[in-house]
Amino acid sequence: MARLNVNGQLLQHDAEADTPLLWVLREQLGLTGTKYGCGVALCGSCTVHIDGVAVRSCAMPVSAVQPHQKVVTIEGLSAESVNRKQTIGGTVGEHPLQTAWVKNDVPQCGYCQSGMIMAAAALLKKNPKPTDADIDAEITNICRCGTFNRVRAAIKEAAGITKTTGLDIIHITRSAA
Amino acid sequence: MSGTALNRRQFIGTGAAATAAVSGGFIFGFPTNATAQGQAPEVNAWVVIQPDDKVIIRIARSEMGQGTLTGLAQMVVEELECDWAQVATEYPTPGQSLARKRVWGDFGTGGSRGIRASHDYVRKGGASARMMLVQAAADEWKVPASECTASKGVISHAGSGRKSSYGKMAAAAAKLTPPTEVPLKDPKDWKVLGTRLARLDTVDKTNGQKVFGADLKLPGMLTASINACPVFGGKLKSYNAAAVEKMPGVKKVVAVGDNAVAVVADTWWHAHKALTALPVEWDFGVHAKAQQAEFNAVLKAGLDASDAVVGTSNGDIKAALAGAVRKVEAVYAYPHQNHATMEPMNATAKWTPERCEVWTPTQNGEASLSAAALAAGLPAAQCEVYKIDLGGGFGRRGAVQDWVTQAVQIAKQLPGVPVKLLWSREEDMTQGRYHPITQAKMTAALDGQGNITGLHMRISGQSILAGVAPQNIRGGRDPVVFQGLNNGGGEAMIGYTFPALLVDHAMRNPHVPPGFWRGVNLNQNAVYMECFIDEVAHATQQDPLALRRKLMVQHPKHLAVLNAVAERVGWDKPAADINGQKVHRGLCVTHGFGSYVAACAEVSVSAEGKLKMHRIVAATDCGHAVNPQQIEAQVEGSFVYGLSAMLHEECTVKDGRIEQRNFDTYPSMRIAEMPKVETIVMPSGGFWGGVGEPTIAVAAPAVMNAIFAATGKRIRELPIKQQSLRA
Repeated sequence: MARLNVNGQLLQHDAEADTPLLWVLREQLGLTGTKYGCGVALCGSCTVHIDGVAVRSCAMPVSAVQPHQKVVTIEGLSAESVNRKQTIGGTVGEHPLQTAWVKNDVPQCGYCQSGMIMAAAALLKKNPKPTDADIDAEITNICRCGTFNRVRAAIKEAAGITKTTGLDIIHITRSAA
Repeated sequence: MSGTALNRRQFIGTGAAATAAVSGGFIFGFPTNATAQGQAPEVNAWVVIQPDDKVIIRIARSEMGQGTLTGLAQMVVEELECDWAQVATEYPTPGQSLARKRVWGDFGTGGSRGIRASHDYVRKGGASARMMLVQAAADEWKVPASECTASKGVISHAGSGRKSSYGKMAAAAAKLTPPTEVPLKDPKDWKVLGTRLARLDTVDKTNGQKVFGADLKLPGMLTASINACPVFGGKLKSYNAAAVEKMPGVKKVVAVGDNAVAVVADTWWHAHKALTALPVEWDFGVHAKAQQAEFNAVLKAGLDASDAVVGTSNGDIKAALAGAVRKVEAVYAYPHQNHATMEPMNATAKWTPERCEVWTPTQNGEASLSAAALAAGLPAAQCEVYKIDLGGGFGRRGAVQDWVTQAVQIAKQLPGVPVKLLWSREEDMTQGRYHPITQAKMTAALDGQGNITGLHMRISGQSILAGVAPQNIRGGRDPVVFQGLNNGGGEAMIGYTFPALLVDHAMRNPHVPPGFWRGVNLNQNAVYMECFIDEVAHATQQDPLALRRKLMVQHPKHLAVLNAVAERVGWDKPAADINGQKVHRGLCVTHGFGSYVAACAEVSVSAEGKLKMHRIVAATDCGHAVNPQQIEAQVEGSFVYGLSAMLHEECTVKDGRIEQRNFDTYPSMRIAEMPKVETIVMPSGGFWGGVGEPTIAVAAPAVMNAIFAATGKRIRELPIKQQSLRA
């Protein structure tokens, strides 16, 4: 049995050494919030944190992750101890990005969003006030539904940057039929 | 084992009655909707009301990111007059629908039809339920129903001051005969429709709790990875199962149909690793030597062939071309493209000689049921499909249900064992149902003053219907080919009036299977028409906006969205420089899926030919706007899908197979390339148009026209990735 520190818990698994971290998380530990998208670290759906750094877990052999290294998945992004807000749609995570994501109604299908949020969380950890260029450079996850402009708006909102340049919504009031 | 992450609140739908039992890392997916449980009173097929006043609204269409769960719920709630905060949704199953004579209508979710094809009966479902609830209260209170009112889930009788909640009346209401006359509200009285409501399904997509098909885990479940013959039409010849059977976790190696082999194992990783190591021999069949260059040559020949069928025609195009003082001619090309949903195709199937069950993300649950029944060798009444929200659809998960067929074929070889089939990304890229490949030759006849006297558009290339539904082709004509080019009809109309017009199609079908790809044929038809109109404008020294306005006099709704974007950008004045670079603009306008859409793109092209898309202003007239903030999300997303296609996406054939196998060779647009999008939602009322697709079509032409404005060099082939933007 090998050990992994995931979301603050020391967990055991019996996966072979070359198994990607993604599949240990999903199939051994039941943490399916981290998604399979490409298997070769191109799309970012599988992004998790290892010691606070964004890592594409589909191309990371589990044997390369030491038990003292802290793996955080989307399920563990907001600490368990903090109260979460219960809404009709579920439990809103307390991480500022999760709050901003909900406020901006960012997800469409949602499949890439775990990885997108984890990539954004790692960015804010090392760069609390990212510029557009920083976001462009660091958020390279693929989203096929096309949530990019709301992703950008939510990152800036979570960062306390009020200006949401990527999202300029105009609504002409419905005319009487 | 960690149990902390497995607190899946829901499984099917978002209904409170839809629950997931969790035990030791297993997620038990069951038909847990209220219909199956029979717990809460069903007022009618659309509305279930629990004693605690929670309202569960049934949604037949599938949620794949487009927001249809929320939009359709808004329609029911508008007429039901319940409290939005009490609303949850759930999917009825296709089997339940079959047993109840299709009480929920069409399950198909494509063609941007979710709202526009069901607004009437869905609203009536809500209105009828409200009338029954009010009647139940009136009966109890022994007062006329006409003296009672309903608001926010509470029925009131002003005369007696009595009040009751829906939850208390639901059981009695359910026993009443539904009304036959069900009037609907005048749109001016809408309170829920037309408002910027947040989606109902956002939160679980931000905390890892959302269960997609790929995440499903059933007790005793095995997992499969599959490899189908890479050459379309080829067959499985042989495989050496003994070579991998002793690999970790491997349970069985199975042939799937006549063209695929799958490894079934305890985990997907074990299955896929063994599949990768499995020696397989294929009979590649008659297309083993098919090459992309041959297709391109066949399509090019079609541009001048005599076997074309007429799509749209008015006036005498022959006379116009013969009498032309001058002609403008251009040839355009659009490639095969993959849907590339972020969640690869998957289905979980369990087969016994008596029953077959399938859990799958699908755009058409009824089509999934048909495919499952056929593959299972059982009557549909002995099969069931449990729909799961999709990790992207874009048309791939609708008309063709190949992955469902495969999952059942695999499960049939392990009776009683649920098997989850998940395609690898490579399988998804190479076994697609691709955007059809076409070329078009555009010819404009001009008089001495530069007026267009006639326009001939010859399309050569692939028919989707020929591959997906050949029974719908009549007299060799695939009507879908002419999307956006029809003279009239409410679906997809050309906005220009020409003295003579001929749009015809020489059908040329390569062996690559085609499919409905989000936006469908409107995508390339808008490129061909709108870039060519731009070409004619420049060839005749006319402003591209002025020329369009001149040609659109008889199409005021097309003109209105065009004018809206032109006014918003300030077309009359040049755009301000950005970072020392000149900014250039391009326009596009079209009509599709019942909606009028236009875009103006602002771009810069550096001296080295590097493209920067700064901003796109888009306008949509969808008749009635159900949820403007979701329309904006669909418009923004449509630019990602359309611009990614324009910039990067192309599937090419070598030796009969698709060459692109992952996102390295089939790149998808990322955030750095994304322009700002400003969306003008301008519903003019009186009709219902779709919003999930039409804007995709205006993305590429608007940018391509702006590139020409910047460089003077016309790009006529997509994608633009390997072409130099400057001469």
